[in-house]
This record gives sequence, C-alpha cells and structure tokens, in this order.
Amino acid sequence: MRTRFTVNGEPREVEHDTRATLLDILRDQLGLTGTKKGCDHGQCGACTVMVNGKRVNSCLCLAAMHEDDEMTTIEGLGSPEALSALQKAFVSQDGYQCGFCTPGQIVSATAMLEELRAGDPSYASASLEGEMALDDAEIAERMSGNLCRCSAYPLIREAIAMAAEVKS
Amino acid sequence: MREFDYTRAETLSGAADQLGEDASVIAGGTNLLDLMKIQVMTPSRLVDITRIDGLSDICEDGEGLRIGALVTNSELAADPRVRDGWPLLSRAILAGASAQIRNKATTGGNLLQRTRCPYFYDTAMPCNKRNPGEGCSAKQGDGRMLAIFGTSEHCLAAHPSDMAVALAALKAEVEIRSAEGDARRIPIGELHKLPGDRPDIETVLAPDEIITAVYLPAPQADTKQVYKKVRDRASYAFALVSVGVAVAMDDDRIASVSCAIGGVAPKPWTDPELEKALVGQAPSDEVFGQAADKALTQARCQSDTEFKKPLLRRTLIAALREATGLAVSAPGVETARIPA
Repeated sequence: MRTRFTVNGEPREVEHDTRATLLDILRDQLGLTGTKKGCDHGQCGACTVMVNGKRVNSCLCLAAMHEDDEMTTIEGLGSPEALSALQKAFVSQDGYQCGFCTPGQIVSATAMLEELRAGDPSYASASLEGEMALDDAEIAERMSGNLCRCSAYPLIREAIAMAAEVKS
Repeated sequence: MREFDYTRAETLSGAADQLGEDASVIAGGTNLLDLMKIQVMTPSRLVDITRIDGLSDICEDGEGLRIGALVTNSELAADPRVRDGWPLLSRAILAGASAQIRNKATTGGNLLQRTRCPYFYDTAMPCNKRNPGEGCSAKQGDGRMLAIFGTSEHCLAAHPSDMAVALAALKAEVEIRSAEGDARRIPIGELHKLPGDRPDIETVLAPDEIITAVYLPAPQADTKQVYKKVRDRASYAFALVSVGVAVAMDDDRIASVSCAIGGVAPKPWTDPELEKALVGQAPSDEVFGQAADKALTQARCQSDTEFKKPLLRRTLIAALREATGLAVSAPGVETARIPA
C-alpha cells in the first residue's frame, strides 16, 4: 500500500506492507536513522518522534495510519552547524554516555517543554493548576518514557533544565 | 506480526460493518500493536477508526461531560474542565503510562486494553484468556501483579487501567454503538465481565459494537478527590494497588463516599459494603480500617499476592485520611469545583 505524509517539512510517499511501523519506514526507507529502535515495544522511548507536534513512540505507530500527518524527527530539530537549544545543552552538560537513547531523549524533551508551556500538568505537579516549576522531580516524571541504559539521568535532567532556561 | 488487511473507516456504520470475530478496531494502537508483534493477538483485519468525525471532542452534556472515544489520554487529563470538576480523573490518567503513550492512547482503548499478566504475554505458556481451556499458568506461577478480587480458578489476571478506576469512582457511563446504529449507555461497572469459566470474554461488547463515548455525570462541588497509586517504580509502572476516592463531608461526618480500587481485580473494583461502612461516620483510622477489612473479606490470595491485603488496607486508609481532611492535604489531593 502507499502512504503520503510530511517528514521534517518534506512531503514523502512510501510503498509499504500494512505491517510496517512508522519507525521502520523512517529508518529503512527514508534513511532517517537518528530515530533508534530500542525495545520495539513502547517501553524505552528511543524511537520517539513528533506526530503533528505530539511526542509518540514511532514503534507503536502503523505507517498506514499516518496519511497526511506531519512528523518531526531528530534530523528536523537541528543540524551539526545549527544545533537546537536542547542539542547544545546535551553537548555542554554531557547528557549521555553511549548516545543511543539521545535522539529520543532530545525529541521527547523538545515536545515536553512545549507541553509545559501549554500548562499541561504531570503526576509530579503539586497542583493541577497554575505555574509548574521545572524541578528535578517534574523533569524525571515527564521524561519517564525515555530510558537511558547508561543511566546518565542526572546530566540529562541538567541539560533539559538548562535548555528550558535558555528558552524562557 | 501476522499479515492483516487494513481498512480506514470513514463512518461509524462503515467501521462496525467490517467488524466480526476475526477483525479488530484500531485507534491509538499502543496495546494492540504490541500484542500483535508478539502474536498474542492476530486479527486478520484492522479497522482504523481514527478518521471518523465526532469521536475526538470533549463537550458539555448538561452539567456533565461527553468524552469522545478517540480523545487521547493526554487531552483528557489536561482539559481545564476535567481538572476543575473531576480532578481524580486527571490524576489517575497522569499516574499511568508515559507521556508518549498518553499522547496516543485513547479513552475507548484505555478501557479495552488487555491485562499485563505475564502468562497472557508468554505464548509458550498455557493461558485461558489466550486459548480457552488451555489452563492458567498464573495459578502456580509468579504473581506479583495478579488480582485478588473477582478471579476464578480459570484466570487470575488484573485489569491494568488507572483511568478506568477513576471513571468507576466518578460513576461514569460508557456509550456503545452497534453496526445497526443502535446506541446504548451502560454504567462503567457493567462494561467488564469477571472471568468465570470464559476469561477470554472480557467485556459485554458484541463483536460489531464500538465504544463511542464516556459520560461523566455532573461534578459534585466540594468533594475531595484522591488517587493513590502504589507501584514498583516511581513512574511508568502498573499499579500493585491503587485507590480512587471522592468524599463529601457534612460538618465532621462523611456525607458520601465513592471509591474504586485498581490493580487488584479483572475490572475496577467497587464494593458497596466498603462505602456503607463509611457513610455517616466521623473519620478515624479505626473506621477506615474496619471499612477496608469489610472489602478484604472478598479477597482470595495466593502466596505471591498475600502482600496486597495489608498494602490495600494501608493505601485505603491513607487515601481516606486525605480525602476526609484527617491528614494534611498532600500533593495530589484536589477539591472538585463546578466548572465556570
């Protein structure tokens, strides 16, 4: 079957089996290998991309269901010459060891800061309303869908806090 | 994944027409695709309902809310009306899964998600829910996440949803439509069936029926609402035990209480005896403990789940302390307000 969608601002059309996940299409057909396949079951978050601005696990998306949708992958957030605020912060704070989870962490954190700006509460928020301080507990809860096998969590949280400050 | 035909439905009747024993609706797909990858579920046809109009909105319905079946868990938890009038629902949803999953998982799909019993997932082991008549491996097995209420000798699996526990405590109703277009509304407590001798039949839905909406009744002003979840990790883990409770006080006595329990039964567990033991009482640990003990008379444990009895008792007491004002309000205790 054929499906058309937009990836990082570019219209794409792919021919695929009904079983193909968005993750496999991005990596194998479109060559966008920044998005990683970790567990392939929605547990690790290495495959996180944005679909219409919302972060999702691309391993749990059927490509067939995304006709006309707009995806953003790690390749769409910045380039080696022009890093995004979060990419810069991960470099400066050393927010990784092996780096395998990093694209998923950065895409996820990019969307997470938008959720925060929209005032969406989390389980760690003291109140369901009002200002939410982006402390360690908030970042940890909001990023719990992204695992880091090297356990670089303290530096990942620092990088996200740093990027959040730069942005605000 | 086994091969399947994919159909994108344009209308509800079009979708329902394509359903049958061997077909499955797909919406968020976060649970279904996972189960298809390991071939626990092998539908020959997927009917994509995500492009059907009219299922993705939250709208006012009298003083209550009508939540379309395709509203995502994230949208529902963040909705200002829900945060105001039914804060228990926001809290319970935010206690479940990860942000990525909540962005995709839908209201209808959350209710219909399958158990996370490890033997249901392990196709090398017998499971009556997967293959009726095969036997239940959980009975002699590893069982920290298993149910202690409403089970049968054929199945010990627990329903994993947090959202459904809140909906049960808030006395929500579920709207269901069939291929003929007939709609019916049932209390959420009647949606899931206990396993009995057919654990593979989990709900009262007929094969051609689709959940189209969930209704929340008018909020009760000034009820204190608490969702307390106990789990093995601080985040992104299913409940060992959870308690959703809404309490209204009349001076220093409990005027009304509505309570549902998660992680312990094949459905959100409610027990009228528990509530009866609380109404009209002045709140105290003794009263809460006695009420918990009433509920626990129904519990059937094996050695691996024996710990859930004292855990549930303590979790109920802690939730009731906060909801009745006996304990200083902790983060996560909200008072419902009528949305402006």
